[in-house]
Amino acid sequence: MKKQWTMRLLAVMAALTLFATACGDSETAAGTGDCDSVDEVSLQLQWVTQAQFAGYYAALDDGIYERYCLDVTIHEGGVDIAPQQQLASGAVDFAVSWVPKALVSREGGMDIVNVAQVFQRSGTLQVSWADSGINGPADLAGKVVGNWGWGNEFELLAGSRRAGVDPSSDYDLVQQSFDMLALLKGEIDAAQAMIYNEYAMILEATNPATGALYTAADMSVINWNDVGTAMLQDAIWADGARLGDAAYDDITTRFVAGSLEGWMYCRDNSAKCVDIVLDNGSALGASHQAWQMNEINGLIWPSPGGAGVVDAGSWSQTIDVATSEAILASAPDSGAYTTEYAEAAVALLKARGVDTTGQNWRRVDVTLNPGGE
Amino acid sequence: MHRGENVRGGRTLRMVVTTVIALLLVVILWEGYKWIGGQTDDHWPGTSIGLPTTTDDLTMPHATDIVGELFEEVSDGRARLPLYLFLLKKGWYTFQEAAIGFTFGLAIGMGLAVLMLRWRLVERGLRPWISVSQTVPLIALAPIIVTWGRLHDLPDIFSISLIATYLTFFPVAVSALRGLQSPDTAHLELMRSYAAPWRTTLFKLRLPAARAYLFPALKLAATLSVVGAIVGEISIGTKTGLGRVILEYAQRYAVSPERLYAAVVGAAVLGLFVFGLVNLVERLVMKRTDGAERTEGVVT
Repeated sequence: MKKQWTMRLLAVMAALTLFATACGDSETAAGTGDCDSVDEVSLQLQWVTQAQFAGYYAALDDGIYERYCLDVTIHEGGVDIAPQQQLASGAVDFAVSWVPKALVSREGGMDIVNVAQVFQRSGTLQVSWADSGINGPADLAGKVVGNWGWGNEFELLAGSRRAGVDPSSDYDLVQQSFDMLALLKGEIDAAQAMIYNEYAMILEATNPATGALYTAADMSVINWNDVGTAMLQDAIWADGARLGDAAYDDITTRFVAGSLEGWMYCRDNSAKCVDIVLDNGSALGASHQAWQMNEINGLIWPSPGGAGVVDAGSWSQTIDVATSEAILASAPDSGAYTTEYAEAAVALLKARGVDTTGQNWRRVDVTLNPGGE
Repeated sequence: MHRGENVRGGRTLRMVVTTVIALLLVVILWEGYKWIGGQTDDHWPGTSIGLPTTTDDLTMPHATDIVGELFEEVSDGRARLPLYLFLLKKGWYTFQEAAIGFTFGLAIGMGLAVLMLRWRLVERGLRPWISVSQTVPLIALAPIIVTWGRLHDLPDIFSISLIATYLTFFPVAVSALRGLQSPDTAHLELMRSYAAPWRTTLFKLRLPAARAYLFPALKLAATLSVVGAIVGEISIGTKTGLGRVILEYAQRYAVSPERLYAAVVGAAVLGLFVFGLVNLVERLVMKRTDGAERTEGVVT
């Protein structure tokens, strides 16, 4: 593997030298499609194609990556694939992963670095029926509370503790599956749900009492962003061992810029991005993906500090929760994230007149159809 | 010969009839259990002991709803098409993965069997490892295989096929070895008396004798290759295939449970299909070698 990498590096360097001699100017004007050479780059997602990853697919299908002189391969996630592991082993060049999960891997010895914090907010909710009387974490006391486990439960645990509710004794914490069956069947009082996926699935289900779909009015939602225990989620991670190498650094900046431009495209053309996601083989329905696209945009925009740039406050809140809940033994070193590449990418995009903060983005109303079709 | 074919025709009919009866039995059991649960509020009749699973329509949709779902229109990206067509389309992809995996598994299994036959030492050294290989959980294997594949610039579909290979080579190797060792001592001694080289004994005596052991294993291997392909798709992740469909439908189980069951039925049908294919090949091979043996018999 090492040998192959060295060979590739040599090849890239040789190619660069060649072009430098041929054209006298090897400087790539990023984002304009004026390419001297094209770099092959692979990205590992956490899950199968859905609007959660629309920005990357848009950048690929709309030729944005191409304009950054990148030939990108997107690997979908599977049940047994940990993106961090794929990245650290050198199987892919970049990976999308939630911050706490990636930091656990980093603490375990994987040299991976957050180079772009795409989602500025957490998408995790704790949902219950409106008539359950659960309006905040304090009301969870005495209830049956579902969670997915596998590192998805810490916003809930920290949020409960902060409200004076001890998860180990004050409520019945049970493992739930990724469908919303347990809540729909009344086996649990509150269920974990991503605002862009499982929450929508409830709103796509028929209420047997009315014969119509459930509505937001039927639901009570605890949003960890409001409680203050939200943890950062989707970010682009790079291989720490290769950062600092001029060629990889250059690729990283261009990849981050291309990805962010893809997300900006989806902010401004959400319907087109839904089509792109569907064309890339989603078996979940069109209205479900439209809902997801809208909510994902809500997790990204606005990005007051610039898209992809880690917000120091959100980062330290994530670390606080992670260390107080003992997910991490200690706070990660300062090398765990860098804003260098995202800032360079934002500067590139700004120079081209692209809106990099999305301050004017507004959530739209998406009508969900039965079953998300 | 004519009579033999009649017997085979009868066997086909019997197989079809038993398959239909078995399917009906499953449906009757399913609906019966569901009915009992509905009568007793999910308890064993006459007791207060709960049934292992609840029987409401979310957990156990009616068999008719599952079959009906096959004709409902579903999303395939932006397109809409009946579920059975969608499954057929996705199943074709999974079939290819399974076929690649099966082919490799067959080659590796046969190769190992011949090696173990030729050298006792190899057999003693390899056998335990072959058995141990099947105790490694696929969940641990999948990331290793896909990482290895990507480091060697192989497409992910190849890694998925390798998982199918991993499941299929085992029954092939074990039963092929047993089959190759099956000829009577008398036959082996006859070959020896002809001073037949090892290779001639292998092709003229051992391989024909191994057929009877090999084909049942191949039928098992074929269905395992489908299982391997689907498991591989789910654990590694792919753009298409039945495993991918099952994964996505599982996620939306709460909204339409019958759709997931229908997809699982689709996977079962694919398993039956490859089983049938091997059956067909078995008949062709057996028929041809039957003839060959007869001619050989005349010569001797």
